[in-house]
Amino acid sequence: MAEEKKIKLSDLNKTLAEYGVEAIEGVSIEGDIEIEIDTGAAGIGPLFAYYFGQEVAQIAVQLVKFARSMGYPVDALLQPAAVAHAISPAPAAVVEAAAKVPEWKVATSLVQAKFQVGIDDTWKYPIQEVTLGATKADGGSRGHTIKIGGEKALPFFYDAPMPHRPVVTMDVFDMPIGMAKAVKMHYEDVINDPGEWAKKAVKKFGADLVTIHLISTDPLLKDTPPREAAKTVEEVLQAVDVPICIGGSGNPDKDPEVLKAAAEVAQGERALIASANLNMDWEKIGKACVDNGHVCLAWTQLEINSQKELNRKLMKVAGVPRESIVMDPTTAALAYGLDFAYTNMERIRLGALKGDEELTFPMSSGTTNAWGVREAWMVRSPNKEDSDWGDRMLRGPIWEIITGFSLAMAGVDLFMMMHPMAVAYLQEITQTLMGLIDAQTPDITNWVKMEV
Amino acid sequence: MKEKSPLNLYKHLPQTNCGKCGLQTCMAFAAALIDRSKRVEECTPLAEEKKYAKKYETLKSIVAPEIRLVYVGTGDKELKVGGEDVMYRHQMTFFNKPPFAYDVTDTMEEAALVERVKKISTWKKFYIGKWERVEMIAVRSTSGDPAKFAACVKKVMETTDYPMILCSFDPKVLRAGLEVAAKTRPLVYAANKENWQEVAKLVHEFNVPVVLSVPFDLDGLKSMAVTFEQMGIHDLVLDFGTAPNGKKLQESLHNLLKLRRAALEEGQKDIAYPTIALPINAWFTTKDPVRAAYWESILTATFVIRGASIMIKHCIEPHCVMPDMHLRYNIYTDPRRPVQVKPGIYKVGNPTEESPVFVTTNFALTYYTVESDVASNNIDAYIMSINTDGIGVQASVAGGQLNPQKIVDAFKEADFDLTKMKYPSIVLPGMAAKFSGELEDLFGGKVKILVGPEDSGRIVDWMKSYWPPK
Ligand code: B12
Ligand code: SF4
Repeated sequence: MAEEKKIKLSDLNKTLAEYGVEAIEGVSIEGDIEIEIDTGAAGIGPLFAYYFGQEVAQIAVQLVKFARSMGYPVDALLQPAAVAHAISPAPAAVVEAAAKVPEWKVATSLVQAKFQVGIDDTWKYPIQEVTLGATKADGGSRGHTIKIGGEKALPFFYDAPMPHRPVVTMDVFDMPIGMAKAVKMHYEDVINDPGEWAKKAVKKFGADLVTIHLISTDPLLKDTPPREAAKTVEEVLQAVDVPICIGGSGNPDKDPEVLKAAAEVAQGERALIASANLNMDWEKIGKACVDNGHVCLAWTQLEINSQKELNRKLMKVAGVPRESIVMDPTTAALAYGLDFAYTNMERIRLGALKGDEELTFPMSSGTTNAWGVREAWMVRSPNKEDSDWGDRMLRGPIWEIITGFSLAMAGVDLFMMMHPMAVAYLQEITQTLMGLIDAQTPDITNWVKMEV
Repeated sequence: MKEKSPLNLYKHLPQTNCGKCGLQTCMAFAAALIDRSKRVEECTPLAEEKKYAKKYETLKSIVAPEIRLVYVGTGDKELKVGGEDVMYRHQMTFFNKPPFAYDVTDTMEEAALVERVKKISTWKKFYIGKWERVEMIAVRSTSGDPAKFAACVKKVMETTDYPMILCSFDPKVLRAGLEVAAKTRPLVYAANKENWQEVAKLVHEFNVPVVLSVPFDLDGLKSMAVTFEQMGIHDLVLDFGTAPNGKKLQESLHNLLKLRRAALEEGQKDIAYPTIALPINAWFTTKDPVRAAYWESILTATFVIRGASIMIKHCIEPHCVMPDMHLRYNIYTDPRRPVQVKPGIYKVGNPTEESPVFVTTNFALTYYTVESDVASNNIDAYIMSINTDGIGVQASVAGGQLNPQKIVDAFKEADFDLTKMKYPSIVLPGMAAKFSGELEDLFGGKVKILVGPEDSGRIVDWMKSYWPPK
């Protein structure tokens, strides 16, 4: 579209004289310099000329005045923006000329433009799909199975739809434990009965799965023997027919024994066994999963290379098949390391989509960690100058929601959670962003006048 | 900036290694431009000497952020909106956290208006050594009356110096607001397909940044952006439409992702502007204030994580502001720099020889949490920050960076003689209890090792029973 006009400077004085414009004082023009004015390129104008020296700049000023009087569309080239972009103070005359110019005109119609954008073509490899739970037909006793994984893009991106929705497994403990007040009030009636607890989580709170944590096996707590702890697993399997996860106490010396015993009583159920970790006998746990038909949770602490190492060892040494591995790269809660957890998971997922075969597994998050954060449970701020922290009963659940949801955005497929309200919101937002919830969307065009 | 090689920037520098930028060589400066730790203007010879004028311009355009940087507000309240270079934070960092603008309306009673503006502009929370705040007031014209709007804007300005977003689709109302507030460089919300010519005239006249609002229509949004750019109006913010629920919400997120990908990964300059999200729209969906507040936080998280540049919000209650502020902080923390404090001995208040000595690590989050717990309760104390390579207490006890020998050495190095204290002792974090005996032995029994609570927020209560030591 650029339209070019050339004016020869040697002709300038003559032309100026012809039109009665005063000659430029103290400037002699040598040679036959051509100035090109490109009407398509806004923003060069006389400031551009300034780079060539004072004299030419002055000429440019005259030229502009002259050109304008001749009806040349010079104003379009002299928008104030040109002044803003000037690098060092331009000669006063130039600035003045540019400043005087803004006979700015509003456009008469909207340009008709088309927006186009591609997808990320480096995402070539899908995440492994993993089935949790087994029905009678597959040798288990669950009412249905749950599939996670299978993504071909980052969660909720437009590049490819998510094949499965993120799911929630709610925590059940095999003995009463300390909980934040906002959580405890929902479990007080079932705190001594894991079976009832599991039922409540599924029937009342809509848990997709439940996790039975065998924490009483911790030598520092009740030191429950593995065989006995395994009975609790049977209890839970009888109480509910959703797929289950089985967790140990976190004691690296005892967990392999405990989880092996639990895996045996739950044989054929495709439970998620939580978890194998580099600091313990991961091989024993991996083998227990293989031998009894379970899925192995590979847990590492916020470090992508350890995660690769553990996944590799589980596959190569313990012989766990690809479709039986889920990763837990560690959840650090909102305000206490969420930045590490988020980015670690996002990098893992991006690496997987680009073809890193040691990372192409669904992810799990211990979202319950959010309750460890003081903002989630403390009555008031220890810092007296903070603005009021308000009601902790309201702060806690949102801490769990935002911790979990942020990691859902990074790629987590399975959430271990506790507060019923947090579970409901997490399910609602993740399914909304998948386009699964058909809510009536209000007319937002005049939100400015909204009554709140 | 797409450029990744310092060499290609070096070409445009004076190459004199004069050191005026604070670095020893021009090559070092070029590297600092790449990671954005220095700005081009800091090479003063380049910026000021006429002979470099062309190079300076070229370099400035090379290092300009991929998404345009728009300034809102003035003076020390000036805010940066946009100016981002990467799609994912680990690729470098996100730079300019999206300002949160909380709404007021021109139909509010004056007393209520003033009270709300004060609540917004005084909100603060201490986090990692600094006061975190929210940044802006969004003034909505619910009356549609220019005079009322102007009066409201004026009242806001009398109450706070926080920058504003002036919200109306009526050019007359916007003009009334701008006549009062233009010198504070507010953001104008918004030009749309009906009013764009009038609003263009206004923002040109008053020289203020403007939002272009074309919800759920990226062709329309681009058309508008190109038209404004051609009129020489560059300080644009794009409103892609924030639906608060249903399938439209998915579309909103997709549109934000598309805009960012076009700008950051495909270098489409004509659409590379900052974006605005409206989590406030959550309040359309329910009358239940807790549900609305939670949903507003969820929308905020959605758009903060995926990089919207500025937001208009409503709920200023702690259960919304706290999670939203922390999430934004976490997402905009620079992953390239470990957050550490200098190891060594720190004084809190006016400690004397009778004061306690607390031991902690040099992880900034840990150190400042402990410091603020001690300081805000008016405890005079010493804090010894041990060099654990920026790892917190719990993790560094597990990983071995915090150990008895290191603690003994740290006091030696700081030349801090614990035996000269009235109560020769140190207070360990509760999480480090396991090595208290070993530590006592290393000090040769001359220093008593007290085990404090697990959470430093409980130091005040702990002191009631255990300080001074018996
Ligand atoms: C973020 C994190 C990391 C990050 C650390 C980042 C960093 N810069 O610190 C990384 C990824 C590096 C990491 C690594 C590891 N981590 Co880690 N990590 C966490 C996580 C998620 C949060 C820790 C945190 O930042 N807390 C917040 C800070 C402020 O807490 P803090 O420093 O302890 O300070 C508090 C108290 O100690 C106390 N306090 C502090 N100073 C003082 C002083 C006095 C006088 C008093 C009275 C009190 C007090 O008050 C503070 C506020 O509450 C926790 C899990 C969780 N808790 O959520 C696991 C956790 C701490 N990690 C753990 C482990 C095992 C590890 C690793 C050993 C894992 C591994 N096998 O590789 C490594 C060790 C790495 C190393 N040391 O080199 C375990 C520790 C288990 C234990 N109790 O022994 C935890 C609890 C996770 C778990 N459940 O297993 N980790
Ligand atoms: S100030 Fe400029 S010229 Fe001097 S060393 Fe720095 S980059 Fe080089």
